[in-house]
Amino acid sequence: MMSNLTELTVAAIRKGVADGDFTAVEVAEAFNGNVAAADALNAFIVATPEKAIAAAEAVDAKRAKGESLGKMGGVPIGMKDLFATDGVQTTAASHMLEGFVPQYESTVSQKLWDAGAGMLGKLNLDQFAMGSSNETSYFGNVISPWRRNDANGVPGNAALAPGGSSGGSSSAIAARLCPAATGTDTGGSIRQPAAFTGITGIKPTYGRCSRWGVVAFASSLDQAGPMARDVTDCAIMLEAMAGFDPKDSTSLDMPVPAWEAGLNPDMKGKKVGIPREYRMDGMDDEIAKSWDDGIAWLKDAGAQVVDISLPHTKYALPAYYIIAPAEASSNLARYDGVRYGLRDLPEGAGLQDMYAATRADGFGAEVKRRIMIGTYVLSAGFYDAYYNQAQRVRALIARDFEQAFEQCDVILAPTCPSAAFALGDKTSDPLSMYLNDVFAVPASLAGLPAMSVPAGLNSEGLPLGLQIIGRAFDEQGVLNAGLAIEQRAGFTAKPEKWW
Amino acid sequence: MSVDKATVAKIASLARIRMTDAEVEAMVPELNQILGWVEQLGEVDCAGIEPMTAVIPNTLRLRDDVVDADPLTGGGVREKVLANAPAAEHGFFGVPKVIE
Repeated sequence: MMSNLTELTVAAIRKGVADGDFTAVEVAEAFNGNVAAADALNAFIVATPEKAIAAAEAVDAKRAKGESLGKMGGVPIGMKDLFATDGVQTTAASHMLEGFVPQYESTVSQKLWDAGAGMLGKLNLDQFAMGSSNETSYFGNVISPWRRNDANGVPGNAALAPGGSSGGSSSAIAARLCPAATGTDTGGSIRQPAAFTGITGIKPTYGRCSRWGVVAFASSLDQAGPMARDVTDCAIMLEAMAGFDPKDSTSLDMPVPAWEAGLNPDMKGKKVGIPREYRMDGMDDEIAKSWDDGIAWLKDAGAQVVDISLPHTKYALPAYYIIAPAEASSNLARYDGVRYGLRDLPEGAGLQDMYAATRADGFGAEVKRRIMIGTYVLSAGFYDAYYNQAQRVRALIARDFEQAFEQCDVILAPTCPSAAFALGDKTSDPLSMYLNDVFAVPASLAGLPAMSVPAGLNSEGLPLGLQIIGRAFDEQGVLNAGLAIEQRAGFTAKPEKWW
Repeated sequence: MSVDKATVAKIASLARIRMTDAEVEAMVPELNQILGWVEQLGEVDCAGIEPMTAVIPNTLRLRDDVVDADPLTGGGVREKVLANAPAAEHGFFGVPKVIE
């Protein structure tokens, strides 16, 4: 029946289209319908139903001719509005780029279209990917489809954060508006929203996915990755997204492994490291329990569990909040009201006044805050004390991981210190918002592959995620451990429809 | 280290972001809270540690020294480059007068 097509995974859609159980157009129509009926979630900035249909028609035509349909053949997806899409407005959820229509396609999105995927629309996010709750978008907050239960198990009405910055992606997947979506992760922006909404997401090794055509935030950290409902779908989609790109100077010139074919949940002979510094004082009991569950599941899968130390963990977040704003202040200098984006030219103003007025009007409060921090730490007299010290600490954090991986193959930790919080809970205190990424940021600073998989629901009926961190280039090891957890967690919960 | 109102106004000017007096005033405690928190990095003994420059060891590639080695990043796309300009005239970006 058509109505359940939106419950299918990427793998099931691909197979169903290839086998002729249903057409790609039927799939696209079903998801277009869900997108159109979900305005209350505000997950999309722009819906592109016609793009989804056109791509599906092309796949159906290929099938009729007996041609290969591609790794993502017939699968409609959501595209985070940080990826430049030819002829379709790309905003980074900012006023600065409102109305910006790229004349080119990002490498990652082009690869996905070439693999047979279609675009349902451009997904909302935190402005310039700066945020952990999707409350900094110029186009309004994204709402999580999940609701928190009261003590009697009755769902409440409080609007919860879908996580950020890829909050449109996470909300849309959890609500079955798309089977998969692109995300980007600078300091947890794929993993934290995935954990908040009971879905799966992987940030690959830095350099696996091209940054060309992705609106830049902090270039030494920015990395694209897939978000989907399960580990297999993430493997499929990551294969379609990754690969060497001469147009990105930090792109990895390495072949893309066959991650999907290599999936193997058998952990025999594998060592899983448990970092003792992640068990912080005052850790939420339910988070601690989900971590213990994860340890038991991986043992059950045959893994040996070892205690490891990552001594500089507590310094990762402050280092990140120097490095990322420093790079952002430099990257965002390009928004000058001259070449593209907003221009605010007050009457009689000169060039310098135009720059200042344009940037005052075009950037939101959090973006300005980070540009200001970045400008300060890079300014004369402070560069060594702040920026160089942070880059030294970053080198130590990377060394911690190198030493840990002499004793283990993957690392298991919680993705976040809590389940999803309510919108508005942390907006008045930037620091409390930043602290939400405490477990996610270290792997970003070290450029390592890391993923979040659902572990279960807490006592309030909200999803919790477990994070697996791997060695550089070992996405396979991360995906395999994720699959071992997924098979044992048996996570099938989905939000009750209220929107 | 902490910042005062004059310093915040100076940073805003360096960052080319126009701010009212009230906005500068509001940002002083916000920046100080964040700067106070990152200060803890000073505790870390980094003797002999070089600041990280590349997270994954990589070498910068050189491309062939030819025109339009990659058509997408080469020339010949003036219309596309100017397509999103707030003010484009005669094949150029338009800006307010800069000569005093």
